[in-house]
Amino acid sequence: MSRATNSFSRSAAAHAILIAYTIIALFPVFIIVINSFKSRNAIFRTPMAPPTAETFDLVGYRTVLAQGDFLQYFQNSFIVTVASLFFVLLFGAMAAFALSEYRFRGNKLMGLYLALGIMIPIRLGTVAILQLMVASGLVNTLAALILVYTAQGLPLAIFILAEFMSTVSDDLKNAGRIDGLSEYTIFFRLVLPLVRPAMATVAVFTMIPIWNDLWFPLILAPSEATKTITLGAQMFIGQYVTNWNAVLAALSLAILPVLILYLIFSRQLIRGITSGAVK
Amino acid sequence: MGSLNIENVKKSFGPVDVLKGIDLAVSDGEFVVFVGPSGCGKSTLLRVIAGLEDASSGRVIIDGSEVTSTPPAKRGIAMVFQTYALYPHLTVRNNMALGLKQAGTPAAEIDKRITAASTMLSLEPYLERRPAELSGGQRQRVAIGRAVVREPKLFLFDEPLSNLDAALRVNTRLEIAQLHRRLKATMIYVTHDQVEAMTLADKIVVLNAGRIEQVGAPMELYNSPANLFVAGFIGSPKMNFIDGARLGESVKTIGVRPEHLSVDAKKGTWKGTVIHAEHLGADTNIYLDCEKAGLLTVRVFGVYDAEPGATLYATPDPGRTYRFGEDGQAVK
Repeated sequence: MSRATNSFSRSAAAHAILIAYTIIALFPVFIIVINSFKSRNAIFRTPMAPPTAETFDLVGYRTVLAQGDFLQYFQNSFIVTVASLFFVLLFGAMAAFALSEYRFRGNKLMGLYLALGIMIPIRLGTVAILQLMVASGLVNTLAALILVYTAQGLPLAIFILAEFMSTVSDDLKNAGRIDGLSEYTIFFRLVLPLVRPAMATVAVFTMIPIWNDLWFPLILAPSEATKTITLGAQMFIGQYVTNWNAVLAALSLAILPVLILYLIFSRQLIRGITSGAVK
Repeated sequence: MGSLNIENVKKSFGPVDVLKGIDLAVSDGEFVVFVGPSGCGKSTLLRVIAGLEDASSGRVIIDGSEVTSTPPAKRGIAMVFQTYALYPHLTVRNNMALGLKQAGTPAAEIDKRITAASTMLSLEPYLERRPAELSGGQRQRVAIGRAVVREPKLFLFDEPLSNLDAALRVNTRLEIAQLHRRLKATMIYVTHDQVEAMTLADKIVVLNAGRIEQVGAPMELYNSPANLFVAGFIGSPKMNFIDGARLGESVKTIGVRPEHLSVDAKKGTWKGTVIHAEHLGADTNIYLDCEKAGLLTVRVFGVYDAEPGATLYATPDPGRTYRFGEDGQAVK
């Protein structure tokens, strides 16, 4: 007799599907990482094979670390990502709090206006943004990137956080008001800790596109001093010759920081995603 | 030290008028209960008193000084919420201390007050715990403790027992009554449960659709309701309303409380058929479909065997019927 839950065939099927998906999703990453440890010949001759004693070669990493200022690129990417993330979370949460907490004329319209950015890609405005940055003298600065990414991340952040903020008990906020807490204290001390899972969700969704972006660094900050890691890796891709060892090594290295940030947020992330669904 | 005056307070949310002109005077040390059906404006009125909502017009005066535009923390009030609203990241001790710290009370004084309040509410074993580690009843006691340590002029309770189970509700009700007796403080209590209202109040304010229907001591409301609404709202089971014309009376409606009707199998004023009987042990509620008076609820004390379909006669106690005019107001 088969039981409704816990049947072996059913869970085996579910696991098979999930494992297959994991393999497909991780395969490109896996190929990048194994090939980054191989010599140039081996990359082309046996691209699927893991590095052996013969084919093992760190030339890619040596090139990356020797040529170009990779540490600087990493630092730039890191500064841009972390600063943008900070501003997106801060301003996004504040706007979401105002939208969900206060009754004012045009509240709904304002919410809609702030959410519009989800539907309109910011890259459509590239020309205007570039003109703006030129006029304000921000070209080739990290500030230009941080401003653009903050604007890019805010709509989704506000949309998600406003939903979560409205679930925070009104009584709790009112208790704070009666105890004499300022609106800022209520926001930072009472509300933010309660929406932390949502903040982590927003952080991950915001962080990954910023870290991976090639478009805006290329247009707004292509100078040596402000290059981000994704842009830096491009210099090994030539029109005629591409130094694959170096490109793969650079990409492998670029995965690490974002992976670390993800691991920090992921515990919260799972709670954030499920708390909306099962409540 | 804790009187409250409300003068012509109105509150509208957009086009919706929630409070349509409330006047009320509460004297020092009184326990006043706001009672009414859902959406009658009782919670909104409490929030206007607390300063969590601004009144659209009118004045709120606490202890002789006008506080209409004073922020909640400066009004000298403390509030206990239905959902407890404890700070989840703070221990019980810090939950109670937060408001005092914000007000700049010296640490020694804070400690003294917390010790006193936690003894009074038997919270000492839990002082270092967080709200998540407490049961519902304990959380509500902490919420009450948080109000007590502030030594407010006015205690505001917003349906504090609604989230507790029945047994705990009776206990906590008792504790609130004792608290009032011990502190002799002015308390305003909002509930939709008329048992809470009757048992706790010195004075009940019955609200309906944004207006005060009647203000009075519990027995006053029970014995002489001012209108149909109060008559129907106070008392359980609900008062029977009989069309005056069917009985050949001059007034629009005749009211009889279920407990003021007696039944007899052989003779009586109104002949009827038993539709249903509820046996509660201490008393029995009989639903009678009467030829002249329509559907009546009769409350008989003790056990009474009444099978559905049986014929019974109901007789109102002389002098315990109420008469209401065309406008719903009581006619003397």
